[in-house]
This record gives sequence, structure tokens and C-alpha cells, in this order.
Amino acid sequence: MTLGLGTSLVVLAALIIGPMFVKNFIIFQMTMLLIYALAVLALNILTGGSGQFSLGQSAFYAVGAYTSAILMEHGNMNYALTLPIAGVICFGFGFVFGQPALRLSGVYLALATFALAAAIPQFLKLGVFERWTGGVQGLVVTKPDAPFGLPMSQDIWFYYFTLAISIGIYIASINLLRSRSGRAFMAIRDNEIAASAMGVDVALYKTLAFGVSAGITGVAGGLGAIAVQFVAPDGYTFTLAISLFLGMVVGGVGWLPGSIVGSAFIIFVPNIAESISKGLSGAVFGVLLFLVIFLVPHGARDVLKLVAWRRN
Amino acid sequence: MELFTNQVLAGIATGAIYACMALAVVMIYQAIDHLNFAQGEMAMFSTFISWQLMQWGIPYWWAFLATLIISFIGGIAIERLLFKPLAKAPILTNVAGFVALFAIVNSVAGLIWDFTIKQYPTPFGSSPFLGSQLISTHQAGMIGVTVLLLILLFLFFQYTRMGLAMRAAASLPESARLVGINTSWMIALGWGMASAIGAIAGILIAPVVFLEPNMMGGVLIYGFAAAVLGGLSSPLGAVIGGFLVGVFENLAGTYIPGVGNELKLPIALALIITVLVVKPAGLFGRPIVKRV
Repeated sequence: MTLGLGTSLVVLAALIIGPMFVKNFIIFQMTMLLIYALAVLALNILTGGSGQFSLGQSAFYAVGAYTSAILMEHGNMNYALTLPIAGVICFGFGFVFGQPALRLSGVYLALATFALAAAIPQFLKLGVFERWTGGVQGLVVTKPDAPFGLPMSQDIWFYYFTLAISIGIYIASINLLRSRSGRAFMAIRDNEIAASAMGVDVALYKTLAFGVSAGITGVAGGLGAIAVQFVAPDGYTFTLAISLFLGMVVGGVGWLPGSIVGSAFIIFVPNIAESISKGLSGAVFGVLLFLVIFLVPHGARDVLKLVAWRRN
Repeated sequence: MELFTNQVLAGIATGAIYACMALAVVMIYQAIDHLNFAQGEMAMFSTFISWQLMQWGIPYWWAFLATLIISFIGGIAIERLLFKPLAKAPILTNVAGFVALFAIVNSVAGLIWDFTIKQYPTPFGSSPFLGSQLISTHQAGMIGVTVLLLILLFLFFQYTRMGLAMRAAASLPESARLVGINTSWMIALGWGMASAIGAIAGILIAPVVFLEPNMMGGVLIYGFAAAVLGGLSSPLGAVIGGFLVGVFENLAGTYIPGVGNELKLPIALALIITVLVVKPAGLFGRPIVKRV
């Protein structure tokens, strides 16, 4: 058994057994851990896979969250059915946004995606859409009960529901990156001109990467809306996009299992910083972030490599 | 027509703020090839230093000069301590470093000077400029300083050995090293200069937006937008970009129905993306030619 597989199994076991022994609030945090891990994973497919940079993931997350919330509250739809719809809508949105993004790279792409992140909360606040979006106040989402009369609290049920979806998407993503499309993404990342000379349709695969990434982020957003039981424009600002970006860097760019490490970083480290010093929480967070990037410049992957190297 | 002229004038006045910031952004981009997300916070910190010096009774211009020197040294120190070790790390790690720096500077400034809004003096006075209600003498002075700074930078980069060495180090580091340029120090120097220019921007902006740790949040976004619009390789483009963004933002807010304050930012950004899609290197930037 390889080290990587062993670690994955241990993490998986912890994720399955963990909730049986902890309080409801921690279960909620673990649910958010999985949801952000999905969003980080999505960004990782885009940046680590196809080499495109995005500071606008919060926009796709918001669209997914609002799609689920509106369908559940105004359309009385089952929560589980809203998620694929959120995913498909975000896939389309990302695919369309990928078109102008084709002409941009590096900082220019960063600015364009950032513009998207800045624009979405403002659009959600607009009076025209207030009937559906609830304007600045947002929407309250009801949390689903466990089905089939299972003896579980809502939190625990939703945690396992999220876990199942996360594992499904994780396996699908790994397979995607190993497939023909995934190899095309990576060829574009490493050398666009060489890739196009090899017959890779650069424009198609670049927009496809945007679409897939946005779609997964949308599903994460939908799950997030149900977990938090609330959507409001100010929950999906630029700060969220930055957090997801940090999660990706800390977890390791292009290394999908790192997504959960990155997600843990962006959920727990601000709390740790807060508990170390209230007034200086931002500074403590910054220092911790610097420590991480100094010690492991390629993210959590470096840690695993180091352990593997020690063992041999 | 009068409304139009007034709005353009008001746009130029706010544009001067963006132009200042954009100049600092371009400066560091020239030196290190990255956009520094912490630039605004560094400028804010410098402004607070000058405010503190003035609180201690030092006259405006001496405080100004001292702040420039402190910021210059501070910028170099940040590069040497924090970013030189990251020089070989991936770009994205560097961006994460900028975010960390942002959090640290913002939080430390909040702790030292707290989050209350402070008045900041202006050396130009704030009476109407040439009888216009829309541009004050301070804003006119701000435009003047920005243009002066631009000319000085142009002369520095075009006609001094040091400026030439910095440009060489930024565009072709290997070749620059071969002709004996210490590229590592050129980067540090770029940080120092960017930090000093940021300090000037902060000191000029502070009387308008008031001094507080979060004063640069909105300004920096527009500064980036202006720099990218004008072309990241061109200081002149950055300044023109700043004015354009300011004017456009105001005109869109006035003339396009349904665009209130809320949609000003998205509209300005949408314009910039449109420009970039047509001209990916910005209005005045040099297109990057890549070797195959």
C-alpha cells in the first residue's frame, strides 16, 4: 500500500466516523470544510489543470448558492435536485465567461475574473431581481430532514449527504485529469503552442476548464447555501474568492488531495488567529500564512513528499 | 452640456487619485513582474507614519520627506526579508505572500492608530480651483504632482544608468546579470521606489478619502484597473488610464439609466475588460512577444 493511498484511507475514515463523536457545531464546520474543499478543488482543476488563473470563483459560488436557494424557496424543489441544476447553470456561466477570458492571461485574467467577483454581489442587490433574490436581505433556506425516517439530526444527515457528493466529485475530478481532456488541459498549461501543434483545440479546452471549474464551484455553492441556511449578497464578496485562492496555494497547486488541507487552512486558521490575539488577528493570520509558504512553497504536497522521502 | 463638463471635471479629480495609485502599481510591476496586492496597505501605512510625524510637531514638508525615506527603506526591507526568499517559489505562492502582507499591514495599522477616521492636512488648501466648484486646489495640486512624478520617472528610466539597469533587470534578468547588473538589488530598489511612490499617493489621497486603515481598499481596485487599462508596461498609460477610469465612472453613473452608485464599479470594470479583450496589452502597453 502506498503512502498516498494509506493517508487517503485514514482521512476518509476520519471523515466518516468523526461526526458520531462531536457536537453539532463541529459537524457544521466539517460540512463547511467539505464544501470549501470542493470549491478549492474546482479552482485547482482550473489553475493546476489548465493553468488559468481565477480570482472570481466567489461569483460562481454565489450563482450556485442562489440557484439552489431560489429553486428551493420559490420553486419548492427538492434540495438534492437543485444541486445538479446549480452545477449545470454554473457550467454554462463559466463556459460563456471563458470565451472573453481566452484572450487574456496572467494578471489580465486575474483582473477580469476579479471584476466578475466584484460585480456579482452588486447585481444580486439590484431592485429588479429583488422578487427572487430578496435583495440585500437575502433568502432564508430551510435545512432538509433526514429521509426514510433515518434516526439522524439534520446536521448529521446533511454532513453525510455532502460527504457523498464530495467523494463522488473528487473521484470524477481525478479521473477527469487522467482522461484525454485532462491531458489536454495539462498540455495547455505547460505549453500552449506545443499543445495546439499536437492538435489540442486550445480554445475549446480552455473554456471547458472554466466551465467544469464553475460547475463544481456551483454545486459547492448550492451545498453551502443549504448548510448555512441563508444566502445574501455580502456572503459572496471578493474575500471569499481570495480565501479559495489561498486554500489552493496552501493545499498545493495542481494536487487535488491538497484541496481539503487548503480548505482546513481557510476555515480554521482565521479562528486560531482570532484566539491568539483579538486585535491583531489579521497580522497573526498573515504571519501564519507566511510561515506556511516559507516552509512549504508548493503547498501540502511538500509535506507528503518529505514524509515519503524520510521513509525511504 | 454644463452637466457633462462638470461630470468630466469631477471625473478627472477622482481620476487623479487612481492615477497616483496606478503609477505605484506599474512601478512595482516593472521591477518584479507581479501585481502587489499589498501596495495600497503599504501606502496607507506610510501615510499614517507621516501623520504621526506631524502629530509630533514636525512641519508638513519635513514629515513628507522623512516619510518618503522611511517608506523607501521599508519597501527594500520587506523585499529583502519576505520576498527574496520566495523569488524561486511559484508565482501563485508570491501572490499568497502579498495577501499575507496585506493582512499584516492592515491589522498592525489598526492596532497602532485604531480604526477611527482622521483628518489629513493638505498643503494646497481646499478652496475652489479657478472658480470651479468641482475641482479644489488640492485636487489640482494632486494632478500637478502626479504629472511631475511621471516626468521624473520618465527621466529616471530613460536617461540614468540606474534606470536603464532596472529596466534591463526586469525585462531580461539573465542577460542583465551577464553585463554585470546586480539584478537582485534592482528588484529591491524597485520595491523601495514603489513604496515611496505609494507613500506620495497615500499622502495626496488622504485629505480626500480621510485617513483610516481601510482607506485604500476601493482606491487600489481602481488603481489596478487603471494600470491594466493603460498598459502595465507604461507609466504614462497608467496615469492616462487613471483619468479615463475616473471620467468614465462618473459619466456612466450620470448618463446610463439604472446605474446608481452600486453599479459604478462593475460598469467601470466591464469597460476595462472590453478594452482588454480588444487590446490585450492595454492602451499604451507594449505587446509581449514570446519566443516559440
